[in-house]
Order: sequence, then structure tokens, then C-alpha cells
Amino acid sequence: MTVGARWTRRVLWVGFGLFFLFPLYAMADFSTRSRDGRTVQAWANLVHDEALYDAIAASVLLAVLTVAGMLTLLVPTMIWVRLRARWARRLVEFFCLLPLTIPALVIVVGLRNVYLWVTYLLGESALTLAFVYVVVVLPFAYRALDASLSAVDLRTLTEAARSLGAGWFTATLQVVVPNIWPGMVSAAFISTAVVLGEYTIASLSGYQTLPVQIVLLGKSDGPTSVAASLATLVFGFVLLSALSLLTRRRRSTASVAR
Amino acid sequence: MSRGEAGGHALDIDELTRVYGDSRALDGLTLHIRPGELVALLGPSGCGKTTALRIVAGLDEATSGTVSVAGVDLHRTPANRRDMGMVFQAYSLFPHLTVLDNVAFGLKMRGRGKRERRDRAAQMLELVGLAAYADRYATELSGGQQQRVALARALAIEPRVLLLDEPLSALDAKVRIQLRDEIRRVQSEVGTTTLLVTHDQEEALAVADRVAVMSRGRLEQVAAPAQLYANPATPFVADFVGLNNKVPAHVSGGRATLLGVGVPTLPGSVAHGVGTARVRPESLTVTGDPAGSATVASVAFLGAISRVAITLADGLTLTAQMPSSAARRLAPGDRVTVGVQPDGVLVVRD
Repeated sequence: MTVGARWTRRVLWVGFGLFFLFPLYAMADFSTRSRDGRTVQAWANLVHDEALYDAIAASVLLAVLTVAGMLTLLVPTMIWVRLRARWARRLVEFFCLLPLTIPALVIVVGLRNVYLWVTYLLGESALTLAFVYVVVVLPFAYRALDASLSAVDLRTLTEAARSLGAGWFTATLQVVVPNIWPGMVSAAFISTAVVLGEYTIASLSGYQTLPVQIVLLGKSDGPTSVAASLATLVFGFVLLSALSLLTRRRRSTASVAR
Repeated sequence: MSRGEAGGHALDIDELTRVYGDSRALDGLTLHIRPGELVALLGPSGCGKTTALRIVAGLDEATSGTVSVAGVDLHRTPANRRDMGMVFQAYSLFPHLTVLDNVAFGLKMRGRGKRERRDRAAQMLELVGLAAYADRYATELSGGQQQRVALARALAIEPRVLLLDEPLSALDAKVRIQLRDEIRRVQSEVGTTTLLVTHDQEEALAVADRVAVMSRGRLEQVAAPAQLYANPATPFVADFVGLNNKVPAHVSGGRATLLGVGVPTLPGSVAHGVGTARVRPESLTVTGDPAGSATVASVAFLGAISRVAITLADGLTLTAQMPSSAARRLAPGDRVTVGVQPDGVLVVRD
């Protein structure tokens, strides 16, 4: 690499770094500012404000449930379609991408009748939003998983596993899943990010999730609202780093004769 | 137990048929393999050989017919319970596992202890000469090494039948020959009944105890390599196994006259009259002769041997094969006389 190219690269890195980090710095600055100097009151409110705390807990749980639901629904389906029902591939892709084209408002209106049954059977918990969120994250998760599945010779790997004595379930769990793990991690992260940022459906359905609470707080307590927003972003970043690290460690420590 | 000497059959394929829509990939294939024997299913692409192998492995279903191992019908036995080791055409090692873990995978599926798995896997890697690569991942191995590991993995489970689905086709020529010999050596050592699928006649003839030639879903001939080469039962076998010249011949009383030479005919030949004889390039004799009626069209040097194209007086072009030391005396345009060695030939009506 020439000296000029190296300097161009550095300048671009710094430029993009400032572009992304400056808003975060501004948020941190605003959330810790007071008339008497610096304060961490807004950050303390994240734990002490009961409504906000409940909203954070609900959103985190929703993210976990959504990711679990999405992976349980999508991974076996996509594997099965690739191995045994290739004719259905376009159909599954179409259905998975469909939520992108439907406005959140239409989804809420459309699901109202269905949710009468959901709330009747499961109660009025915000966690019931997980059913909708599994549908909402399908387009993003599908793309991540599809790319991962395309990168491996799924048919040969499963057939090799089966010829060695593995049943379908074992072959999927012990051979396919480890080889599409990066795609699953990406799908999980994107889904988490979507759930933590989803406002419209939760708000229109009357549930108090983190984004809804942040908007509410913004009307009365700006610094706490910004602190919650920044915490969500930092949480997402930490989650991404942790999952990325986990994936790398899984690969490097795959042991002999497990 | 030496190969192929035991009584009974290790693998029986009876009247196997596989229909896809309007096409019959397999059309009543019947083949019986003795314990410890290595049989090669040989045929061109699309002849149904891989379909047959996949049905034997339980990875595909037959429309009709049966597959039995040691007399037990496997119709309702899923692939994971058939106890068959398989080496695939595509590289099939599990990328997330080390070489040792790959070889031990089948034993893990059988609930063997960790120590036993490790010992057996190490033993198998020793057998294929890759013990030093036990801790590497598949992506760190060459294609030939990956197929040797796949062979070790398939043998580690002590399969009742070993299935090899064109395991050498993705490799370059030099590695292919090395691994071909390795497969023969390992199979001889272990003594596992083996079914090899290949479209490469040289590979089939080099490693198999018997070769089963297939065409359009049917078996054309099953015979030992030398017998198959010398006595092809059908024109297809004669054409597919070896490069053949088609020479007009006249048959009478069990002998054919071609290129002015009388030779015996093989079973399956026409009894009387005119036909076309299949003559192998190495059966043709070419002698430099200024008064000869044939002309050398070209000489292709292939190392130890050369192929010489000759045009006869009537315009027919034949290919002769001879040692390069003899071919060196020939050049395009030379006049020659062409004869045929007194081996048996197949004469058919085209």
C-alpha cells in the first residue's frame, strides 16, 4: 500500500469515526449535563424509574423471545426447503420478505382480531408482541440465514452426517447449525436491534416497551430519555461485540474428540 | 478372508428401478456383490450409477426393487441405520471439526466412549497416512487429503458396505492416480465390501475386482476387468471401455475377416455375413511400407505410447496405439500397411 493510500485510509477512518461517534458523544454530554455541572441522575433513573425499568426489562425479554421464535421457525424451515422442497424456496422467500412491504399501521389493524384471542389466552402482557415481532424481523433474518446457508454444501454435509449414523435432528444440530452459526448470530443481532427500536406497533397496540417509554420520557425528562436511547445503542454494540467474540472463540477452541 | 472368496453375497441389488417423471434413471438393475469384493459401477454421465449408489445408501428411494445386505432387505431402513460408509464426490468433511473429530464423528453417533473414538480415529488416520494432520481443519487440507480423511471417516465405523461416489473426480490427474492406488490398498487391507461409482474406465479397470458397465439405467455387462476389456459383451461396452475402431468385417464359421486378416469372433457377434468389428487401437499393427495402401495422418506422442491415425485407401480412418519407440519411425504422409492381431473381436450389425 502506498503512503498516499495509507493516509487516505486513515483520514477516512477518522472521518467516519467522528461522523458516527459525535452524535453519541453529544447524547452522553446532554444526558450528564445539569445546571450545577455534571450529574449521573438521568442514568440512575434508568434503574430507579420503575416504568422505564419495566419497559427495559420487557424489551430485552421481547428481544430474547423474538430471536428464539425466529430461529426456531426459520432455521429448520430454510434447511428443510433447501434439502427436501427446493420448489418452495421462492415461496418461502416471498412470505419472509412480505412484512417489509406492509406498513406497521396496517399490520396493527390487521392483527387486532387475532390479538383479541392472544390476549384472551395469554393475558395483556407486552411479551405477546413477540408473535408480531417474529413476523416483523423475518425479512432481515431471512437474508442473513440465506447467505449463510448458501455458503455451505448443505446437502452433502447432511448426507455425510446421515451416512455416518446421525438422524435428521442430530445432523441439523451437530453439523448444519455450527456451519451456519455466523448467519444465525447475524440474524439474532439484527432481530434484537429491530425489536429494541420498534416503536409504531408497540405504541399503537398500547404496550409500554423501551422505545415507547423513551418517547414518553422525552416529553417530560429529556436527559433520561436520551440516556435510555444511548444505553440501547451501547447495549446493541456490546451485544454485537460479544456475539462476534463468541463466534470467533467457538471456531478457535473447537476441541479434538469433543 | 480374501476378497470375493466367501460364499453368499454381502450386497444384493435386485430389479432396482427409479423413475423420475417420464424418465427411468434405473431400469431393473440387478447386481450381487460378494463379501470383501470391490465392484465398480462404470458408465457415462446420466446412466443411473449414482442413483443406484444413493438408493443403496438410503439417500434416495427406489420406485421398485430391493437392496439387501447379508440377506436383510433394507427397504425400511433409513440411511443413518444402514451401517454403510460413504465417500462423496464433493468434499464432505465437516468444516467446523478437526480431522480427528471428523473421523470420530460416526463413532460418536454410535455412542462410543471418548477414548475409543480417539484411538479408532487415530488408527484410521494412520491407515490413510494422515496421522500428522489430526488437529487440522478440513479447510487446511488439499483436495486429495480431504478425500483420504473422508475415506478414513467412512471406514472408522466399520461399515458393512463402503460406497464410493466418484471420490476422485474433483482431483487433478496425478493425485487421482495416487489416491486410486491408496483406495485399493486400504480396501484390500480392511477387506470391506465396496461399491465404487465412476465414469473413468481406467479407474474402474485399475481398482475393481469386477466392473459393472451401465447404460441408460441398465446393466450391460459385469466381469473382471481383463475379461471385460478382452471380451466386451455388447457394442456399448466395447465402445465405452477403450477407444475402438470400427472396421467392416465379413463373418463366416465363427471367424471374421477384416483388413485382410482372419480372426476369431467373440460371443455376441453376428453368426454370418457382413458386420462392423470393434478393434482396439493396440490390436492394430502398422508397418512402414512404401507400397502400402494406407497413409499416416498424424502421430500423437503420449509418453511411453503414441497414437497413430491412419487413413485407409477407402477413406476410413483408424487409430493405432503402439510404443513410442516404434511410432518414432512414422511421420504424417508415410505409406504403411495395416493389419490386426489375431485376438477375438466383437462383430455387430450397425
